[in-house]
Amino acid sequence: MKSLLKATVAAVAFAAAGSAAQAADVKACFVYVGPVGDFGWSYQHDQGRLAVEEQFGDKVETAYLESVPEGPDAERAIERFAREGCNIIFTTSFGYMNPTLKVAKKFPDVKFEHATGYKTADNVATYNSKFHEGRYIIGQIAAKQSKSGVAGYIASFPIPEVVAGINAFLLGAQSVNPDFDLKVVWVNSWFDPGKEADAAKALIDQGADIITQHTDSTAPLQVAQERGVHGFGQASDMINFAKDAQYTAIIDDWAPYYVERVQAVLDGNWHSESTWDGLAEGHVVMAPYTNLPDDVTEMAKATEAKIKGGWEPFTGPITKQDGSVAAEDGVTLDTGAILGMNWYVQGVDDQLPQ
Amino acid sequence: MFEAVLLTVITAATPLLIAAIGELVVERSGVLNLGVEGMMIMGAVIGFAIANQTGSGTLGVVAAIVAGMAMSALFGFLVLVLVTNQVATGLALTILGIGLSGMIGEAYIGVPGLDLPQLYIPGLSEIPFIGPVFFQQDAIVYMSFALVAIVAYGLFRTRVGLVLRAVGDNHGSAHALGYSVIKIRFAAVLFGGACAGLAGAYMSLAYTPQWVENMTAGRGWIALALVVFSSWLPLRVVVGAYLFGAVSVLNLHAQAVELDIPSQLLSSLPYLATILVLVLISANRRLTLVNTPACLGKPFVPDR
Repeated sequence: MKSLLKATVAAVAFAAAGSAAQAADVKACFVYVGPVGDFGWSYQHDQGRLAVEEQFGDKVETAYLESVPEGPDAERAIERFAREGCNIIFTTSFGYMNPTLKVAKKFPDVKFEHATGYKTADNVATYNSKFHEGRYIIGQIAAKQSKSGVAGYIASFPIPEVVAGINAFLLGAQSVNPDFDLKVVWVNSWFDPGKEADAAKALIDQGADIITQHTDSTAPLQVAQERGVHGFGQASDMINFAKDAQYTAIIDDWAPYYVERVQAVLDGNWHSESTWDGLAEGHVVMAPYTNLPDDVTEMAKATEAKIKGGWEPFTGPITKQDGSVAAEDGVTLDTGAILGMNWYVQGVDDQLPQ
Repeated sequence: MFEAVLLTVITAATPLLIAAIGELVVERSGVLNLGVEGMMIMGAVIGFAIANQTGSGTLGVVAAIVAGMAMSALFGFLVLVLVTNQVATGLALTILGIGLSGMIGEAYIGVPGLDLPQLYIPGLSEIPFIGPVFFQQDAIVYMSFALVAIVAYGLFRTRVGLVLRAVGDNHGSAHALGYSVIKIRFAAVLFGGACAGLAGAYMSLAYTPQWVENMTAGRGWIALALVVFSSWLPLRVVVGAYLFGAVSVLNLHAQAVELDIPSQLLSSLPYLATILVLVLISANRRLTLVNTPACLGKPFVPDR
């Protein structure tokens, strides 16, 4: 509710600002699930928005709403934007999927772009990045660097993207050490620095000496630094928070995509598509490899090059947790199977919450 | 192992404990301040900013306390002098605090924080088990212990406490006896603000030494619930805060040791525990009424 009120305040302020400037050709609007100051997921999306502003100058006007909760509040926020005259609206969280589609039906002339979802419409495109490519690399690094052979994974919500991330991490680790152990802790939140820190402490106390996360704050990495273990940055380069602890970070770079899509609206050739790009296209970027011996850095760079060359981390043989075969040797999982992943690979010591 | 768990429990419980003990004093004086979250987040951002500017954690903590008090002074002026609605004003204070802190904190996003040093109490810190857990903490944890002792003693064993409780229970009589209800309530509100500010400083300087928007993540609201949970008794606030901290930390440990329990259920356990205790407490109606400040949330306008 607090966020809703904050969003409303932002919306009112924005409405006042919006009526003043009508000179721009296109208005691009963004809805964020967290505060732009989270230094993680929403922060990176906002960096993309700023890149759009820089690229197009006066031709494009942008606006954003931050900390918009997933659910009915999101629908109101998105609809508000549509009414305010936004030409293209980026909704940047998985939970905005159905609200986006609902609003899109009412405003056929407005273009919608939903991040990380799987439902499209004539005026709703989806986009996502192959974060699992980065997670495969950090899994390999984890297995090389871990002394205890145990890594801790702080997970947010059991949605396919997160599950695929866990699987990719473990597949990477198993490619180095087949007996690698992965402990998963679900915090059921995208952003709660205190809880994320507590989860990191719990995992370290249970023997993990590598911490990785699919939540948005820098807190787990700070705990890693404090406790003398290691970890990986999430969404942005978090080296400032963990000079000795961060090996690398999986950086989301939305700027190229946002610029491209706004350009399409300007040119009048926007189409509904499903974009899913990764390391090769520069939508996922690995932060500099630090605190690592040379051979491990070499291995990570080699894997990165291999993925950029078109190799898919979800290439068989892959065995599911229940022992059944997910992919035969050499077979690559198709896009749908990865984007809808709802099973663990063999070796994850956790029951997937259903 | 057990020691490590306990250490995490203490860090999780301390901000709740400090904010709740402050709010308890406020409510004992008959004022309901729902702005704890807003005062806490302001304490967090100001504490972080000042510590960052000056390089001194102590100054940061002091600044956080002052920030919490400034917020509460605003609240006190509105509800006590202008007699605005306490619930609405408290909610507005929270919204104001969250928005304002986001604005102030913009320059500090992505800046590593200053970690408060652990203070080892000579002698005591060497006791096996108890030493590392209770006597190798940062200064704010010790302050939380001291606060509880002072409030528990002050409320029930001193004249000041008696007057404060009298004002909260029957402001008409207290006024008739010549006590300045407004001044006493204002002092209590300021104390609550100071505690909330301190709790905020603990978040941004000790718990997770960094500034991010919304970093208190609802802890102010939990502190409010803990006051009711404690039925306005200081020592029960300690029980509540540590129970809440323990259950939320155990949830994470249970997952890490791979206990086969759904994480959603574990995440809801602290709240279920709160509801359960509230039900148990309210079953004894007479005892509840004895401790509830009778004038809680009621506006006072002296008749002259």
